[in-house]
Amino acid sequence: MSNFHPFVLPFIFGTIALFCICGYKYIRWIKQFDKEQKRIIRKNIFSTKILPAIWEVFCECLLHLRISKKNWRLGYMHRSIAFGWFLLIFFGAIESRIGIKGPFHFWCAIFYRFFHHNPPANSAEMFFTQLMDLILLYILSGLFLAVLKKIHSRILGMQKTTKHTKMDIVVKISLWAIFPLRLLSESVTARLYGNGGFLTQNIGDLFSRHVANAIETPLWSLYSIVLCIFFIMMPFTRYMHIFTEVFLIYFRKVGVKEGEKLSGYTKYELSSCSRCGMCIDGCPLYNELNINDVQSVYLLRNLRNLEHKMDLEEAAKNCLMCHRCAEDCPVNIDLMNIRRISRDKGSIDIENNYKFLDNVSGFNSIGRVIYFGGCMSQLTPTITTSMKTIFETAGQKYWHIDENRSICCGRPLLQQGFNKQAEKLRLENTRIITESRATALVTSCPICYHSFKDEYDLHIPVYHHTEFIDMLINNNKLPIHKENTSFTFHDPCELGRGSKIYNQPRNILSAIGELRKISKDKEDSLCCGMNLGNTVLTLQQQTQLRDAALSVLSEPSPDTIVTACPMCKKAFNHGINTIVKDIAEVVVDNIKNNIQQ
Amino acid sequence: MVDFGFNIKKARSFNMSNNDFSKVKMMFEAVPSYRLCISCGGCTATCSARQFTNFDIRKVHNSFSRGLYVNLDKELQKCMLCGKCTLICPRGVNLRSLIIEMRQLLNSQSETL
Ligand code: SF4
Ligand code: SF4
Ligand code: SF4
Ligand code: SF4
Repeated sequence: MSNFHPFVLPFIFGTIALFCICGYKYIRWIKQFDKEQKRIIRKNIFSTKILPAIWEVFCECLLHLRISKKNWRLGYMHRSIAFGWFLLIFFGAIESRIGIKGPFHFWCAIFYRFFHHNPPANSAEMFFTQLMDLILLYILSGLFLAVLKKIHSRILGMQKTTKHTKMDIVVKISLWAIFPLRLLSESVTARLYGNGGFLTQNIGDLFSRHVANAIETPLWSLYSIVLCIFFIMMPFTRYMHIFTEVFLIYFRKVGVKEGEKLSGYTKYELSSCSRCGMCIDGCPLYNELNINDVQSVYLLRNLRNLEHKMDLEEAAKNCLMCHRCAEDCPVNIDLMNIRRISRDKGSIDIENNYKFLDNVSGFNSIGRVIYFGGCMSQLTPTITTSMKTIFETAGQKYWHIDENRSICCGRPLLQQGFNKQAEKLRLENTRIITESRATALVTSCPICYHSFKDEYDLHIPVYHHTEFIDMLINNNKLPIHKENTSFTFHDPCELGRGSKIYNQPRNILSAIGELRKISKDKEDSLCCGMNLGNTVLTLQQQTQLRDAALSVLSEPSPDTIVTACPMCKKAFNHGINTIVKDIAEVVVDNIKNNIQQ
Repeated sequence: MVDFGFNIKKARSFNMSNNDFSKVKMMFEAVPSYRLCISCGGCTATCSARQFTNFDIRKVHNSFSRGLYVNLDKELQKCMLCGKCTLICPRGVNLRSLIIEMRQLLNSQSETL
């Protein structure tokens, strides 16, 4: 028995092609890593960090736990196909090692039933036969859900699925065909030789011996050909994510960080996107404005296939950078950074940018905190005066750094892809803040806050004013009291999803009055529409987004709608009859009422 | 004469028929709200960059709309893209978008020259 049949040739060819193409791509991308990223990999390549990486690969690439947490039906679908296939290969390899007589080749594991005709001889073989059938059934159940999802996505709890390219659809059909073909081939063989399990044997017995004889080899050949098609096309389609995510998780665990430019690492990220479409349902541009070709899934796809260059520019521009999709992505791809990279305007560079800032000097602020209102707060003076009252009430000395002249934090430039210019502003701000020798920095603007926290290296604590006020209240520095009033709170994108500050504003508001629950809060909160990340929405579109957010906020009819961002406040102010206030104003009102009583 | 702290600007004169309006037309396409500008100067009054220099965003986009492109790219580099002008504009001109598009258009021009 030679354990060979010509029908295995396509499979062998496909497998070799798959490994060659993937290997070539992966090596090329690693070469494109930037210097810092390469250094980190060289340093940590064999560190203990590999253990948590393996664990995460198991949880995410096979079990898909993050998807399950968001949507268990979708999680089941992905898990059954990924984990099921893995089990099929794993146990198939063991089973065939035990059972195969004569020379063993790697294809024997895949086409085991064809090369091993004897019915199960002992209880171990019996166990494996039934187990393999069970696993196949598990995969087929997932496949059934996948087909259902294609017909009607809402059954699986998704409003919208991704629009795929033609290539993706061909590969998807070949993937869908693999498992039913395997079932049929094994069933027919089971009919002829009686070597099937509970599933294959029973299905096989439906065929007449004559028919089974005639279609056995064609079926196995078809199975082999479909595998071959899938393997060869996989590296050029979204299914590349199957292997790429493993590498991505490893790189992340050893500490590789996304750079400012498109690098090899970005390519790993782009190819890890499975185009699952979970980033579409939450996107306010899709939900409110019906814009359906700019979401992260399409941006990533266009970045991967650069022939869509025009589409890419349009898609790159139109995004609020509200972080919503980054929150939803089960692969945890740094979508906001990729969006930023896709807008890179590195070519626009003029020397001596912002030279006029070089002679702006600091103010000796030893023992003080710096209050950085942010550009937008200059347009909402009630916020800055409230903050001053709060500092004074708490006996906290401060320096209002941008009372008359404000240097932007640089994030708006960064969001639009002007990296060098943003860096210059960061340098100037850092210099002035360091020169002042202040003890901490408090800002009223979530955009500045996110920037100072993540993009600066300041060596002093940075607080958003919600955090700072919460701290003052906890230290009994602010005489607040409970009032008979009600609030709803709007989580600004950059404060909530961007910086993960959710509890402090809620603590403050619950201490002052009744904080009413709204249907979309925290991670699900809606953008006010004015996010600086977008430059192409029209005023009317922004108003639509604002109204959607306001309708959620006003649902439980609060006395006051509270936010913690000058931009959101400006956006909401004229959109509704309910009073809209910044959290600092609410606190100051409360303190004043307290003193009057 | 009473010193008000500012002077009346001298009138400028230029011949519109010699100017190249192709870029302006492109800009009207790219940023339709640009057509709505009434030159009120609100944008300049609130500008963050103007707090440090004599950068005048209204002058920049006014010159642009008349096809006078000289030096505008250098001027525009002073803008920090903070967005205050967009927020303040009474006509809803999308100034941030306008500034980015102007930077790109003017930059591509200087490259080809
Ligand atoms: S970006 Fe993330 S959420 Fe969106 S399709 Fe890709 S993997 Fe799914
Ligand atoms: S950041 Fe917001 S607007 Fe942009 S694609 Fe993601 S969800 Fe949509
Ligand atoms: S604020 Fe608006 S309308 Fe006024 S000059 Fe500036 S762009 Fe024109
Ligand atoms: S975006 Fe530029 S032009 Fe507009 S206010 Fe800010 S610095 Fe001035």
